[in-house]
Amino acid sequence: MSLIRTSSAEETAGVGEKLGGLLQVGDVVCLNGELGAGKTRFAQGVARGLGIDAPVTSPTFTLINEYYGRLPFYHIDVFRLDDPLEMKDLGCDEYFYGTGVTLVEWAERMDEILPEERLDIAINRIDEGVDSREIIPAPHGERYRRLLKELMDVVCAGN
Amino acid sequence: MSVIVLALETSCDETSAAVIADGSKILSNIISSQVDVHCKFGGVVPEVASRKHLELLNLVVDEALAEAGMGFKDLDAVAVTYGPGLVGALLVGVSAAKAYAYGLDVPLIGVNHLEGHIYANFLEHPGLSFPFLCLVVSGGHTDLVLADKHGSYRVIGKTRDDAAGEAFDKVARTMGLGYPGGPLIDRLALSGDPSAIKLPKAYLEKGSLDFSFSGLKSAVINHLHRAAQRGKEVDKADLAAGFQKAVVDVLIDKTLEAARETGVSTILLAGGVAANARLRADLAKRAGDESLRVMIPPLVLCTDNAAMIACTAYYKYLRGAFAPLTLNAVPDLKLGEDRYEGNFRGTLSRCKV
Repeated sequence: MSLIRTSSAEETAGVGEKLGGLLQVGDVVCLNGELGAGKTRFAQGVARGLGIDAPVTSPTFTLINEYYGRLPFYHIDVFRLDDPLEMKDLGCDEYFYGTGVTLVEWAERMDEILPEERLDIAINRIDEGVDSREIIPAPHGERYRRLLKELMDVVCAGN
Repeated sequence: MSVIVLALETSCDETSAAVIADGSKILSNIISSQVDVHCKFGGVVPEVASRKHLELLNLVVDEALAEAGMGFKDLDAVAVTYGPGLVGALLVGVSAAKAYAYGLDVPLIGVNHLEGHIYANFLEHPGLSFPFLCLVVSGGHTDLVLADKHGSYRVIGKTRDDAAGEAFDKVARTMGLGYPGGPLIDRLALSGDPSAIKLPKAYLEKGSLDFSFSGLKSAVINHLHRAAQRGKEVDKADLAAGFQKAVVDVLIDKTLEAARETGVSTILLAGGVAANARLRADLAKRAGDESLRVMIPPLVLCTDNAAMIACTAYYKYLRGAFAPLTLNAVPDLKLGEDRYEGNFRGTLSRCKV
């Protein structure tokens, strides 16, 4: 199992940025972690890694925010949704199987409609400090096993 | 002779249609969550879905026309929110509005959702004069906007992470208060001491008019975690009061700072968080101390509704800012820009101005 520890929100975003630099068309990243874990912070890093300058804000209320950088970036948050059918109705498949990169916050709430092949990332608080986190990526499918290996290489090189 | 505008709003959760005359007379303003559509529709209506808009739109439009005592032939223009928002949801409204405008041979007017929130103020005060500052605070947005004339805006401050309304909801949920969080915290805070629990206020770098509420949300969560670890009870009223004050103080401090910097003497409030009692009272008092004028629309016009879209459209109608029938939904539409595809070349036989 891969595990990355960070000790500040900026470092957490930094891991996201490294991932953003590696993402390709059609990639799906699913974030899980409790309120305040740093999912949106991580997503801001991913956006930066995709070359997006616009401020990336939480999509909790707006549900889906779209940005255009090196690739289109679809930032989805399903916190407010109760039924996977609602997400289907939002046209999530068009994002998952479209021409950009999709990142879903609170993805485990909608487990049954996520693509089988994807990169799951759990962000957990740890006791070392208020902003310390452990980031646990779990790849599903060959593409994401390769992606995770590339990410771990970049993260280790950075350290 | 009056100018009658029908407007549609389907950018997020609400399906809404409104008919207004001359930019300020609301003949109807139907919002799906406020009418018993479940009964009329005769089935389960999902809370959030493009399909919901599709199923409700005709009902809502029919009801808006009926309540206004108008028929399609009475309309002078059809307006629609075309961004920002969910592409699937926006497309429902945009497609319907295009069909109506084409079928009726009246101008089509594309409206920015955030511009609509600002114009909720013109429904109450048609004589409102420029320039003004508008603080748009809702679940999805926190923007400080400087407007110098109709259609001309500059966003001089915005949230870098969570919107203010979102912070209220998430903090309420963490505290186990329920949903919607804004009114619950507002009420609980009345019996709390806002200075009992120290919470951070994010002013960001010097001179910045941007906002950040994510750190405050985390501070509340950390406070609850620490108390739980030590087995201590948290005074929820104090926490609610402290949190609310931290949000409201920053919103007002930055708004007043912007007023001083720009020399603007009128401040408008817009968006759902404008319902917060502490924000209304403190802003009115502190702006009053600096001889600034404050305007706050009634609550029904603060949350998403089509009357504010119709009002915005009226002023676009007056200056002939029509959209082509190729208008498309623009999910990332920015305030102050019009992103139409091509130029409108149709004949405007029924245009009165």
